[in-house]
Amino acid sequence: MGKHVVVIGAGPAGLETSASLAKLGFHVTLVEKEDVSGGHLKKWHALFPTLLSGKDALETITKGLDSSIKIQTATKVTGLEAVNDYFTISGHNGWQEKADAVVLTTGFQLFDSHRKEEYGYGIYENVITSADLEELFASGKAFVNRHGNKPERVGFVHCVGSRDEKVNNLHCSKVCCITAVKQAIEVKQLLPDAEVFCFYMDLRMFGRHYEELYKEAQEKYNIQFIRGRLSESTEDRDGNIVVKVEDTLLGKPLRIKVGLLVLMAGMEPAPDTKPLANMLGLKNVSDGFIQPLDEVLHTNSTEIPGVFVAGTCSGPKSVSDTLADARSAALAVADYLKS
Amino acid sequence: MTFDLFVLPFFIGLLFLLGVLVVKYSRWIAMMDASDRVKAGMALFSFNLLKTVNEIFLESLLHRRMFKRNPLLGYMHMSFALGWFLLIVMGNIESRVYSGGHINPPYYPIFLKFFIHDKRVLPFEIFTLPGFFRFTMDLILLFVLSGLVLAVIKRTRSKWFGLKRTTVHNSFDRWAITSLWLIFPMRLLAESFTAGIYKGGGFLTNTLGSIFDAILPLEYMAYPAWWAYSTMLGIFFVTLPWSRFMHIPTEIILIFLRNAGIDQGKYPGSFSEIEIRSCPRCGVCIDVCQMNQAGLTGSTAVYFIRSLREKLPEVQLNSNCMMCGRCLEVCPVGIDTLGLRIGARGVDNKGFASDFTYLVNQPIVEKKAEVVYFAGCMGHLTPGVKRAMLQIFEKAKIDFTFLDEDGSVCCGRPLKLAGMKEASLTLISENSAKIKNTEAKILVTSCPICYKVFNDDYQLDGIQVMHHSVFIYNLVKDGKLVLRQTDLKAVYHDPCELGRGSGIYEQPRNVLKQIAEVADVSEERVNSLCCGGSIGDLNMDAVKRNLIRDKALTILCESQPDILVTACPLCKKTFDSGNATVVKDIAEVVAENLALNKLHKQTVDMVKL
Amino acid sequence: MEKKAKYFGYSITRDRQIDYDANNHDICKIIAKAEPTLNLCISCGTCAATCTAGQFTDFSLRQVILLLRRGETKSLENEVSKCMLCGKCQLVCPRNVSTRNLVIQIGKALYDKKLSAETVNTK
Repeated sequence: MGKHVVVIGAGPAGLETSASLAKLGFHVTLVEKEDVSGGHLKKWHALFPTLLSGKDALETITKGLDSSIKIQTATKVTGLEAVNDYFTISGHNGWQEKADAVVLTTGFQLFDSHRKEEYGYGIYENVITSADLEELFASGKAFVNRHGNKPERVGFVHCVGSRDEKVNNLHCSKVCCITAVKQAIEVKQLLPDAEVFCFYMDLRMFGRHYEELYKEAQEKYNIQFIRGRLSESTEDRDGNIVVKVEDTLLGKPLRIKVGLLVLMAGMEPAPDTKPLANMLGLKNVSDGFIQPLDEVLHTNSTEIPGVFVAGTCSGPKSVSDTLADARSAALAVADYLKS
Repeated sequence: MTFDLFVLPFFIGLLFLLGVLVVKYSRWIAMMDASDRVKAGMALFSFNLLKTVNEIFLESLLHRRMFKRNPLLGYMHMSFALGWFLLIVMGNIESRVYSGGHINPPYYPIFLKFFIHDKRVLPFEIFTLPGFFRFTMDLILLFVLSGLVLAVIKRTRSKWFGLKRTTVHNSFDRWAITSLWLIFPMRLLAESFTAGIYKGGGFLTNTLGSIFDAILPLEYMAYPAWWAYSTMLGIFFVTLPWSRFMHIPTEIILIFLRNAGIDQGKYPGSFSEIEIRSCPRCGVCIDVCQMNQAGLTGSTAVYFIRSLREKLPEVQLNSNCMMCGRCLEVCPVGIDTLGLRIGARGVDNKGFASDFTYLVNQPIVEKKAEVVYFAGCMGHLTPGVKRAMLQIFEKAKIDFTFLDEDGSVCCGRPLKLAGMKEASLTLISENSAKIKNTEAKILVTSCPICYKVFNDDYQLDGIQVMHHSVFIYNLVKDGKLVLRQTDLKAVYHDPCELGRGSGIYEQPRNVLKQIAEVADVSEERVNSLCCGGSIGDLNMDAVKRNLIRDKALTILCESQPDILVTACPLCKKTFDSGNATVVKDIAEVVAENLALNKLHKQTVDMVKL
Repeated sequence: MEKKAKYFGYSITRDRQIDYDANNHDICKIIAKAEPTLNLCISCGTCAATCTAGQFTDFSLRQVILLLRRGETKSLENEVSKCMLCGKCQLVCPRNVSTRNLVIQIGKALYDKKLSAETVNTK
């Protein structure tokens, strides 16, 4: 008789964990609060560093799902309890199941850029977020700003809501630097005549082929990288965004007008993560991300036996890292259930 | 018999005290500016003196402000001050009765019952002159003792007196208060013992005397009791000038000087010295101080002033204050705690040299208009407020010019709060020139910090200064803006510089009430909390500031409002970072809820009819 | 040595390297003690971007902090005197550096240093 695992959250991490667990012979229920699975990936146009389409990526991941996996969508988990050697999980709609192990794959939430008021999101029409830009790319519509013009200049602001204690986020979101480079290239592909600028504190090109993509952005697309963090932006009378930044490498304040300003919104813990952790009695969630048992050795286990984590609910990750983490979580679960 | 050796401790103590006071007062007079001295001299011979006497009676004796804070606390202080005062006055009159109107040595009325032993005559005693005094003096003593009982109770039950936390006194103050507390029980014992021996005294001392006489050898105990009474008085007088009780003779001078129109002026100066010594360390300022929430209990006004008096000023103590003014609001003596803090900071920061020559010959905004708008430094970090104001100007068809559209030159208030008054003057004169150049009639600012300094320190040749909340209020009142009622539930937060600092409480609320349902907040208007972001503090780190912010947010959000509305870009940014609820400036709420203007509305209504 | 060189009609040009070993690092330590958040700066430049004084002069708090850390205190003199203490930098700093207190502490430390140098000279 196979053991039963409940996976909470059907984004890339949840889908991949479920697929792997099913392949290992476990009964899996994948719970998702939304009507459709896929998480943030549903809305993402293309993935770095290869510009793989988000749609294709999601399709491939979903294809791996075994027919034995029960997908319980439109169900928000409201009860989660450890009882002796099993768990009971219940949803807002009366759904209830028992499980021998639980995997939390609750993911992240995109930082709400309204909270950086000085950058003008929600105030100036031509300030958008990286997510808005992906939607614009995905829509296939003409690339124009909110005033209907093709922007002559586009600015990308790194670290919006990341590495910023003013919004209580000390952490680096890892993916924004390379996403900005990717999106800058995509903008240049659509608007070859536009000038594109990236405003950054540090460029963290840590992944395989990230540095190459950065080099390509310079070499092939002449994208300008300005080392300085934005202090504020204003709108001029024509709806352009005037950006204030220090060109720290020159040691001079710099003022520049752009037709479109893209804020690289960072990753924050999903709002549902902490309540679930509290139901289980997980303690190390002070910043909202779940702390694994050991950050080097046991990255998928938690302080409670039978409770596992995968994907961005334990910290920012790229899609490729998330998928690898999900497979590793499946092995950790198998290890636990077979012992 | 009009003398006995036992009066010496009292008499020497009194002479000593008077000597010290004369020295101190002369020093203060010598330190005064010549112009202030003239003012003080004139005040001595004007009707103003009546006002001063009245205020001294109301505050120093009756403790009116203390009563307002808490009746029990007021009564306790009043019984001591007024009671002792009445004992002295009545005692003097009583002693005159026995001496046939002659002036007596100062100890004579104090120890009258030692020298005069009238036998108590009942039942018509109260209708005789000596009997009347015996009765009254006992009554007053009982009044003082009732205060003493309360003072003892207050030690353990301070909450009954409206105080959660009380002042932690140093050992010197403890000596002084012990002798003070013992004075009146000793007087009671001495008078009762003597009354017991001679069957004299009033209703209190006579009764106690008879009881004591039955159980104690009073003939041996009365004389030592008088010694003890005199000694306690002596100790109290000798310790007084260096203890917190120096406030008794100093507060009177402070009230006089204040009514003479003298203010702090230069720091340190005689006025600040007098203010520092007028602090009774009652501790009323402790509970209201939000620095407690950051664990900075030591920088509360009472301890800050004590450190100044003991000449142990600490930079940390001087700079760790948000200058919110909550202590100023509750201080029963009316000490300008903020002014003292600014003065002390001025001394600390003397080495900081400012140089703003680069501001001279800056381009000046050429556009002339009826209204000049100044967003302020912080306003540039809240573009939502700025945009809302521009929308409002446009909607109300205001002829305006945006003075600091390309960035502000600081208004000077932050420097002033840091004690760098001289430096702030350059900024003030630069900004004044620019403002005047617009030839505007009204200066509108979005920042209460700027508003306060524009009002207090700028000479703008008749240009009316308005905070945007007041400007909007006027537009609405004049029908130039029509607001739309929503079903939002809001709370309003009074920014320190706008509320306590400038007395503007009602206009922003009135505007907000036309848009949303405004719920009450337990700490609002004069009791409003500081957001924690204040530029008044020079030292506090972000962790501590966040503690203050979060506590304020908890109180503001008690009624679970949909929106927290304020009228200061700094408060807005601070609260926003707390991420507890939606935070907006009054200007934004107005801009989002503009209805058709009145003329249109009337036409629309007519068409509907 | 320098005087001698002059007689021969040439002078030694001071090279432009930061002479970290010769520089004075005490002032940085004193200031870091008075305002420990000095050490949190990551040189992002947000303070300098928003600074009014930086609009008109070459004042940059980011640069001041770096110079201080390298012990280049000579070039710091008269720098912080341009600051108006408006507090915008404190509001935008992602690392919560207490910039206003830092500026005051730098100004005071340099003033104290000047004072002590003067007393040494007059002795």
